[in-house]
Amino acid sequence: MTTKEYESYYVPADSQWPIIGALALFCIAFGAGGFVSQIGAETEGSGWGYLLMTGIAIVIYMIVGWIANVISESMSGLYSEQMSASFRQGMSWFIFSEVMFFCAFFGALFYARVLSVPWLAGDGANVMTGAVLWPEFQAAWPLIKTPAGGETQAMGWFGLPLLNTVLLLTSSVTAHFAHLALLKNDRTKLKLFLGITIILGISFMFFQVEEYIEAYQHMNLRLDSGIYGSTFFMLTGFHGMHVTLGTVMLIVVFMRVLKGHFTPTDHFGFEAASWYWHFVDVVWVLLFLFVYIL
Amino acid sequence: MTTSTTDMAHDDHGYMATGIKRWLFTTNHKDIGTMYLWFAFIMFLTGGSMAMVIRAELFQPGLQIVNPDFFNQLTTVHGLIMVFGAIMPAFTGLANWMIPMMIGAPDMALPRLNNWSFWILPFAFTILLSSFFLGGAPNFGWTFYAPLSTTYSNGSTAFFVFAVHIMGISSIMGAINVIVTIMNLRAPGMTYMKMPLFVWTFFITAYLLIAVMPVLAGVVTMLLTDTYFGTSFFDASGGGDPVMFQHIFWFFGHPEVYIMILPAFGIVSTTIPTFSRKKLFGYSSMVYATSSIAFLSFIVWAHHMFTTGMPLIGELFFMYCTLLIAVPTGVKVFNWMATMWRGSISFEVPMMFSIAFVILFTIGGFSGLMLAMAPVDFQYHDTYFVVAHFHYVLVTGSLFSIYAAAYYWLPKWTGHMFNETLAKAHFWCSLISVNLLFFPMHFLGLAGMPRRIPDYALQFADFNMWVSIGGFAFGLSQLIFLAVVIKCIRGGEKAPAKPWDGAEGLEWTVPSPAPYHTFSTPPKID
Ligand code: HEM
Ligand SMILES: [Cu+2]
Repeated sequence: MTTKEYESYYVPADSQWPIIGALALFCIAFGAGGFVSQIGAETEGSGWGYLLMTGIAIVIYMIVGWIANVISESMSGLYSEQMSASFRQGMSWFIFSEVMFFCAFFGALFYARVLSVPWLAGDGANVMTGAVLWPEFQAAWPLIKTPAGGETQAMGWFGLPLLNTVLLLTSSVTAHFAHLALLKNDRTKLKLFLGITIILGISFMFFQVEEYIEAYQHMNLRLDSGIYGSTFFMLTGFHGMHVTLGTVMLIVVFMRVLKGHFTPTDHFGFEAASWYWHFVDVVWVLLFLFVYIL
Repeated sequence: MTTSTTDMAHDDHGYMATGIKRWLFTTNHKDIGTMYLWFAFIMFLTGGSMAMVIRAELFQPGLQIVNPDFFNQLTTVHGLIMVFGAIMPAFTGLANWMIPMMIGAPDMALPRLNNWSFWILPFAFTILLSSFFLGGAPNFGWTFYAPLSTTYSNGSTAFFVFAVHIMGISSIMGAINVIVTIMNLRAPGMTYMKMPLFVWTFFITAYLLIAVMPVLAGVVTMLLTDTYFGTSFFDASGGGDPVMFQHIFWFFGHPEVYIMILPAFGIVSTTIPTFSRKKLFGYSSMVYATSSIAFLSFIVWAHHMFTTGMPLIGELFFMYCTLLIAVPTGVKVFNWMATMWRGSISFEVPMMFSIAFVILFTIGGFSGLMLAMAPVDFQYHDTYFVVAHFHYVLVTGSLFSIYAAAYYWLPKWTGHMFNETLAKAHFWCSLISVNLLFFPMHFLGLAGMPRRIPDYALQFADFNMWVSIGGFAFGLSQLIFLAVVIKCIRGGEKAPAKPWDGAEGLEWTVPSPAPYHTFSTPPKID
């Protein structure tokens, strides 16, 4: 690295966005805390919900403003190659932290499947656990009958989940094609493939919602149907939230493409969104394997 | 890039906003570092006053000042505040102040994100503390074990969970910033193996943070849904397991304790060479030792759970892995001693804290080794012995290192020398009282006094009284530090660029106080 690059490292001026963001998180966390703790209480809905909504509104305002700020700085050429490297590294470590977040839930899934469910049925050194607590209980996965006796049905992998797998895998490929097109500066193809990716993402979310409706209305598979329902909905649910976020990122990128942003050499925003999208895709493959098939 | 940034008014190097706006909107690593440090100190006093009430209650057997439930709230919030509000932000503050100066960078790599990371914290702790007035603060211990925090929660779980979520966001963003700054903004010629060890330890700590803070976020989320939305992660009647909570929590928790000690290693590896007027002994072995401690910290978590009835193979695995950590830790302690060996040592206040650190942290390490042996841990677990252990590593370890760092760099930060007499008073008062406070806890624990208890059997009375006296004395001694800092900011002997003649590093090449913007062009490293 040459000295010259260092000279142009851009240290932004004072900015109001971070403190607005902190305020937004405060409203969200405090509002959500109050809101959730009132669930089922007589005082339900007493103002906390508004605080939460205010927080969400502020956070959207903050994100839009902050990103607009960054984009305009980037477009006016304030960023050096070194600055882009900072952004890229920051984004990749952020994705890494997201991976670790999913690890916690996968860990819970494996722990339940491999350890706690068999133990509850008396496996290992736990004969007495089985005999004393729930003598009728049989270990199985998916756990369709809980120790306490609650019953549910297992979600098969055929049908909607398989369709969703195909959709998401295809979208990862089209996202990659869009990237290749960008590198060759083929703007038409870029728009085409990016558009397809977004449509695929939205269809994925649509079918995911269908699947949830099916689970709740016809299969009695719910968030509170024991550990199977817990892991199923928490894993697919958090994944779905990430797909939503990824789609929003792609849509923003698409609009920037329409405006003529990004060059074959300088397109951090595009890269970030597409990395995120691939990450979401990989998580889904693992989900499909361990939540649905196996 | 040809566009020069100097044509933007705000990039003039003298630029600094004034008044409250400076602190709210700042992107300057020094401002943000200062805010982190002050925030940590305020939290330290807040958590400390809770400890004073705890010690007052425990001064005598019997219940006298607070009721048991409030006592539990105090121990819980004391622990949470000290871990997440005092020690961690203090280290982040030091990282902010020093890393860019030590590697010759103009600032942190992502300055706006940096400001966001900081400002989340006061808000997060506002939420946590306000739960005292909203039906009761968390009372399930800083480790918030299920089902205490789920089925038997006093209704504070939701506030607690969301407060932890935003603290987590803050830590993760802070860690990403540290990593990117170090990877990307080192001055030309500053290779990884030329970085000060201080920078290395923060680098590795930042990796630990981004690896485990998301797991913490995951486990509190499960806690939330178990408590309020009917999931069964930690509920055996639904096929889950309360012990699963402990596994996930300690997968975060053990690396977390290293997050609070690795930076301390970095600090004393800076101060000891300075005041011994020798190079750090075994620099590269220090780097490798730090990395292997970080790696091992991921496979020892269940040493906190020996008594939960894990399979034998689990007990053995986690016991041996834990004992293995003593090896790289020992490497470090021996390196510090070898650095001092035959050095021309002088005993300035930062050095006094550093030497105290080495000795007292080692005591904490030894009690850790005792706890790490599964068969004897059955006896020690959940007694005051554990409390003694982690206070030796955290108070005389992490906190003392933070004091060493503060005294070491105060001249650089404020431009004035601190009042040596007062600082020495702070040191000696702290040193004596801290041992009076924590050493008898070993005996209490070995004799069987359980931790987290507002009342105790009569035979523990004498030691507890001594412990409480030590506690009050230690608490008061910390006010001396406040006085030293305020005096030092207000005035005092002018500090030269390099007040410690044995000191090395780029931060001493700039004047004291360090200019608002350092190294807008990178220095040369050879
Ligand atoms: C020499 C290395 C160390 C070893 C072998 C070790 C071992 C242990 C063990 C086995 C326990 C569990 C005791 C029990 O609950 O029965 C424990 C608890 C604890 N350790 Fe360490 N430790 C070491 C270093 C540290 C360091 C450096 C820190 C922090 C700076 C630390 C902080 C803690 C804390 C906070 C607890 C108590 C957690 C709780 O609230 O239950 N330890 N340690
Ligand atoms: Cu541990």
